[in-house]
Order: sequence, then C-alpha cells, then structure tokens
Amino acid sequence: MNAKPRSLRRRLTLTLIGGAAVLAILFYMVIRLYAQQIAQQSQDRILEASVTSLLDAAVVRDGQIELDVPYAAFAMLDTPADDRVFYAIYQDQTLLSGYAGLEGATAQTRRTPAFSTRDFAGAQVRVATVTQTLPANPRPVSLTISVAQTRDSLAGTLLTISINAAVFGGAFFLLAAGMALWTSASTLRPLRQIAESVARRGPSDLRPVTRTVPTELSPLVSSLNALMTRLNLSLTQSETFIAEAAHRVRTPLATVRSHAEVTLMRVDKDENRQALRAMIRAIDESSRAAGQLLDHAMVTFRRDQLERQDIDLVAICSDIVDRLTPVADMMDLDLMLVDQGPVPVKADPILIQNAVRNLVDNALKYSPPDKVVRIIVACDPDPTITVTDQGIGFPDDQIDMLSNRFQRGNNVKDTVGSGLGLTIAQDVAEAHGGHLELKNLKGGGACAVLHLSH
Amino acid sequence: MRGLAFVALILWAGLARAADFEERQVFDAPEATQTLRVLSSTDTDSFAPVLTGFIAQNPSVSIDYAVAGSADIVDIIAQCGDCFDVVISSAMDLQLKLANDGLARRLPDVDPSAGSQWRQSLFGFTHEPATIVLNRAAFAGRPMPKTRQELIEALRADPEFFRGKVGTYDVRLSGLGYLFATQDARTSETYWRLMEVFGSLGALLYCCSGAMIDDLAQGDLFVAYNVLGSYAATRPETREKVTIITPTDFATTMMRTVLVLDTTSQAEAATNLVRYLTSGIWAETDRPGYPLPAIGVTEVPPPAGVVTLEPGLLVYLDALKRSLFLGAWSSALEQ
Ligand SMILES: Nc1ncnc2c1ncn2[C@@H]1O[C@H](COP(=O)(O)OP(=O)(O)OP(=O)(O)O)[C@@H](O)[C@H]1O
Ligand SMILES: [Mg+2]
Repeated sequence: MNAKPRSLRRRLTLTLIGGAAVLAILFYMVIRLYAQQIAQQSQDRILEASVTSLLDAAVVRDGQIELDVPYAAFAMLDTPADDRVFYAIYQDQTLLSGYAGLEGATAQTRRTPAFSTRDFAGAQVRVATVTQTLPANPRPVSLTISVAQTRDSLAGTLLTISINAAVFGGAFFLLAAGMALWTSASTLRPLRQIAESVARRGPSDLRPVTRTVPTELSPLVSSLNALMTRLNLSLTQSETFIAEAAHRVRTPLATVRSHAEVTLMRVDKDENRQALRAMIRAIDESSRAAGQLLDHAMVTFRRDQLERQDIDLVAICSDIVDRLTPVADMMDLDLMLVDQGPVPVKADPILIQNAVRNLVDNALKYSPPDKVVRIIVACDPDPTITVTDQGIGFPDDQIDMLSNRFQRGNNVKDTVGSGLGLTIAQDVAEAHGGHLELKNLKGGGACAVLHLSH
Repeated sequence: MRGLAFVALILWAGLARAADFEERQVFDAPEATQTLRVLSSTDTDSFAPVLTGFIAQNPSVSIDYAVAGSADIVDIIAQCGDCFDVVISSAMDLQLKLANDGLARRLPDVDPSAGSQWRQSLFGFTHEPATIVLNRAAFAGRPMPKTRQELIEALRADPEFFRGKVGTYDVRLSGLGYLFATQDARTSETYWRLMEVFGSLGALLYCCSGAMIDDLAQGDLFVAYNVLGSYAATRPETREKVTIITPTDFATTMMRTVLVLDTTSQAEAATNLVRYLTSGIWAETDRPGYPLPAIGVTEVPPPAGVVTLEPGLLVYLDALKRSLFLGAWSSALEQ
C-alpha cells in the first residue's frame, strides 16, 4: 500500500498562505475591534462632556431644581451624520424635562457617567447617565441627567475603518501569498538542483555529489553518496564476476575438448570414436551454452544500466562482417553488408554488437553453402538492422516462440545451439525501445529485423 | 363598509382639526390623481405662487394647504400623525425637534447644499433675516438707527415720543418670535438691554409679522423689532410708509424648512415638492421682490447670521430652559 505522494512545495506554500490568511483576518478583526472601542470612547467622551455641562448648570432654588441648559450641551453633539439627540432630567423620580422613558432615575450618586447602549425612538442610542445629590432645604434633592445620541456617525466611521482595514488586510494577504510562493520555491530550489544534477548524470557516473548544499539536505546527500559508493562497488564486482565466470567455464572446457580431439585421433575402434564424437559435441553444446548464458547475463545487466553513446550502426555492422567473413568463407557463404551511408544512433555499442552477431551467427548456421547472407542497415524512419539468408527459414508454426529462452526450432537437426541467440537479440532491441521482428522471405530464407529507436 | 367608515373617520378628523387651522385651501391640479396634504406656518397668500408653480410642473398633484401657527403645528402632528404629508414652518427649532424625534422621513434623493439640511430629512429653502421696521414719518428728521445699540440710544433719547409705539413678537405665542429672541439672546447681551428699553416704553406684543406691519403703516407703531422685513417690502400699501433696516451688528436669519412626515403614503409627490422648494426655481420664475427669498437666490454666499440646523436648537425647547428664558423675557418687558 503506497500513500499518494504529497508535494513538499505545495504543503509549504499552503501552510504559509494559510498563515497569511489567518493573520490578515486577525489583523482585520483587531483593527475593527480597536476602532469600535476608540469610536465608542470618543462618543462616550462627548456624551460625558454634555451631561457634565448640564450637571454643572443645575442649581436648586426653593427646593426646586433650575437648569439653564447651556447651548453647547447639545451643540457639541452635532455630528457629520446629524445624529439624533435625546435627554432626560429628573429631580428625584420626577421628570423635569426631556424625553420620558429614556432612562429612569437611580438613587446612587454617580459623578462619572454610566454608559449603556439601548433602543430608543426607533434607533439604537448610546446613553450617558449621571446622578448627583444637591444640598437643599429641607432635604437634599437628587438630580439624574441622561443624554443619549444615535450611533449613525459612529457606524459611518466604523464602516470607513472596516473598509480600510479590509483593503489593508487584503493587500497584506496578497503580498504574503506572493512571498509564500517565492519562499517555498527558493527554499526547495537546492533540493531540485541536486535532483536535476543527479538525474543528468550518465548511468555509470556514480561519483559522489560534491556541491555545497543547505545543512538540512546534507544528511540526505551524504547517505546518497554512501549508497552510490556501495552501488559502484557491487557493479564493478558483478562485471568482473561475469567476465571471470566466462573465463573459468570456457578454459577447462577448451582443455577437455582438445584432449578429446587428440584422443579421437588415436582410437580406431568405431564405437569408441562414436562416443568421443558425442563427447566433443556435448562439450561444444556446454561451451556454447555457457557462452550464451554469460552473454545473456551481460545483456540483462547492461540493459538495466543502459549506456547510450553516439554510434554508427553501419560501422558496427562492417566490423562484424570483417570478423565473421573468415567463418563464412569456411562455410562457402557470402557475407554482404548493404547500407546507404552512416546511421547514427544513441545506443550501447556492446549490446548492438552482441545482438547482430547472434543474428548473423544464426544465418550462417542454418543456411546451406553457396548462398548469400545480407546485413542491411537502414534508417526509415527508425533505424533497423536486417539479417537475411537463403536457407530453410524459420519453422512457420514456431515463429512466435523462437525468441523465448532456450527455445530452439524443430529445424535445427544437429546444429549446436542453446536457444538463447534470439532472446539476446530481442532483449537488446527492447532495451533500446525497439523490438525484434522475425519473418520468412517469399523466395525462401529467414529474415530477422532488429528495430531500434533513436 | 369599512372603506366608508374610514372616509367618515377622515372627514371627522378633518372637521375636528378645522378649528386649529387659520386657513385651509385646496389648490387643484388639472390632472389630479392625488392630493398632497401640506401643513404650513406660511399664510396662503404668500405661498400660493409657489404652490401654483409646483402644480404647473406636477399637474397630477393637487395640494391641500392648511395654515397653522408654528407652535400649533407640533400639537396637530402629535395628535394626528398621518393627517398630513408635508410640514413647512419658519420655526426651525420645532421642525428640528420633529425630525429629531423621528417623525421626518429621510429623503436620500434630495440633494441640497450641505448647510441647509439636517439628517437628509429637514431642508431649509429660504433665508429670511429678522429686521427692524420703522415708521418713516415718525423718524423724519431723526437719525435712522442701523444697529440695536443705535436703536436703544434713539429710544432712550425721546422716551415720551416712543412710549406705547414700539412692538415686537410675543415670544410666548409665536414660535418664530421665540426662535428670533433666543438666537438674539444667544448672540448678544444687547438684546436684553433692548428688551428692557422696550419694557420701559410699554411695548406692544404681537402674534405675527403681518399685524405689526399693518400697525406700522397706520402709524400706531413707530418701531417694530424682529419683523420679517420681506413681508413689509412686498406690500405695496405699506412700502412707502416704512423703512426696513437689517441691523448691521448682526442679523439673525431664519430658514423656512420643509420636512416630509414619515407616515406619508405619497412619498414620491412629497419628495418632488421638497425638491422643487430646495431648487429655488420658484423664486427665479416668480415676480421679483417675492416675500420668500430662496436660499442662494438673494445672497451668495449665505449671510453670516443664518441659524444653523443643529442639535443646539433643541436647547431652547427644553422645558426648564424655556421657563427660565420666558421668565427673564417677561421681567424685562413687563416692568
Ligand atoms: N536463420 C535461420 N534459419 C532458420 N532457422 C533459424 C534461423 N535462426 C534461428 N532459427 C531457428 O530459431 C531457433 C532459435 O534460434 P536461437 O538463435 O535463439 O537459438 P540457436 O541458434 O538454436 O542457439 P544459440 O543460442 O546457440 O544461437 C533455432 O533453434 C532455429 O530453429
Ligand atoms: Mg542462434
């Protein structure tokens, strides 16, 4: 069970943007709350000034309160939004003047006003109330004054501040979001650069990464380097192992074969000669099988570490022709290279060589003497190497399975072979993004096409 | 049935109110589909040209024009909130109180200059200074007083000549008189000295500008204080007999204000009327020297002494303040 991979950059960006959003909202709310308090305070201060000026204007005459309302007491309540003004003046529990029902008289003395917010005359109002006891004969009188004001101007101020706060919050958020994108990109840049530089390397380039990296990445890079060192070691070991194994198997077999041949010359008894020939043939089979097995192992190994180089298919093929012409001559076969100028490809030359050699080997093995074997190198549109002969051709009923491992045809008679040649050719073709095509020619003869891609 | 009862109720309400009104007249529109009910402190004669001008522009709106004293207007509205659609009054303080108490509708569509409106519900549309009007014959050979101080000196110089020949508003009866008096008192102490001189000369007290100007023209009065000068200026029969003086020390200037009652069911027609009044078109098209000088038509910039629409106007309406003021006023005038 593999969890869906998560992008580090996306997570970082989202976290930063989310943080910015939270901060922006917090900023907006704090400003609003603060503005609300300030606006409320300034309204309260004016109400307090008004109610105090009324209180100061009160005098008691013959046990009756006289209050010469100062013009400023109400004039100071003028606001840009023309807020409505209400007031009530009580002597003890009796309304002397103003609006009934605004606020009841309270008994306790309060020189600093008590503020409250409530509905009055169809609007929300802020009320400031003071109560004071004035000395008088025969007994002191209590004076309660309330001044109230609607909150239209306050609401207007708040709206303006809210809009400004929202604009600033939004701008802050956009800025922070931009910075979050930039930060996450630049933070992860070293990581991407390392990945790119490692990906750009050739398959056999297992040198340690030496560029200076941020401290957070150095554990990753040093374990990567350790891993590559180990890998390099084991690869070198495998390659030498394969070469060593081939050598170890073939050398004793060659020795045994030469002994058998010498013995064959000495013995005269027909049945002994028969047995020796069977022995030599078995040795040939084993030697061939060992060689092909090791080649196959080599192909499998190189396929995983494909090392593409700029090579010319024609050059490779003409090299093979040069090497195999003596063999062909011995079999009275004519080996021909057909080409129309160089065919450059990016490929592993050792693998291509191996595949073509196996195909040519088949053509030489399975065709009768005095025939022609052609190697045709073409490039339309993909590069191909075609090997044709004029022999018996592939067995039609087996043609689809011939490239399976150890699969030999029923047409082999006593030809030595292991059934791995076409498997190798096919693996090489697939390693280069192509495939192996087998068909029989109309006029007789087999045709094997190694399709490669650029 | 219910509709009939409703009509009956309205008729009854109308009859019951009839006694409160000084005048009531319907100005019919040619294609009348609705009738706008206007309660005003301005007499019908003075306001008729404005109303006919409005009807010419709005031929579907008839106007039922009722006139009452500015103080009575408050009582009428208090008793029957939905008997009228529009209230026009010269008592700015009482109008402001109506708006402050939430009886006036906000008219966001009306766009007057900022100084002449309050809460977008109370709109001033005239500038009318309080003046000193003198009987020209009585002052023949005497220096014409240009300020209150000069008036005091003129009166003191010849008390026997002026005794019983000076007059002003009875501020206990007239809302406009009270507004002028309180604003004068707020502005300068000279007012009180003038009232003391008036009291010592046995001043006559009037309910309205019209009556004062009549008496001036007939020679029963030599000096009238705080009269709407524009009234005197437009009456052809009085024009030659009086001299109108706008005091140069300070001239308390009142704005006639209009508001639309919140209970109205004809908000659009009412808004149109307010727009018509605040536009000042009526003053431009009508005869020159029309008694109501529209804002901005007669003087640009507005005169210095204009009473502003602000909560401070509520101060003199306070019961305690009013009784103190009236007490002081009475003791100054009734010596
Ligand atoms: N050119 C050819 N003509 C006819 N038959 C062929 C030809 N090439 C291959 N074959 C058939 O395909 C079979 C598989 O070929 P492959 O090369 O894989 O094995 P091999 O040649 O038998 O053994 P080796 O591994 O030694 O090459 C052969 O056994 C043979 O029957
Ligand atoms: Mg073969």
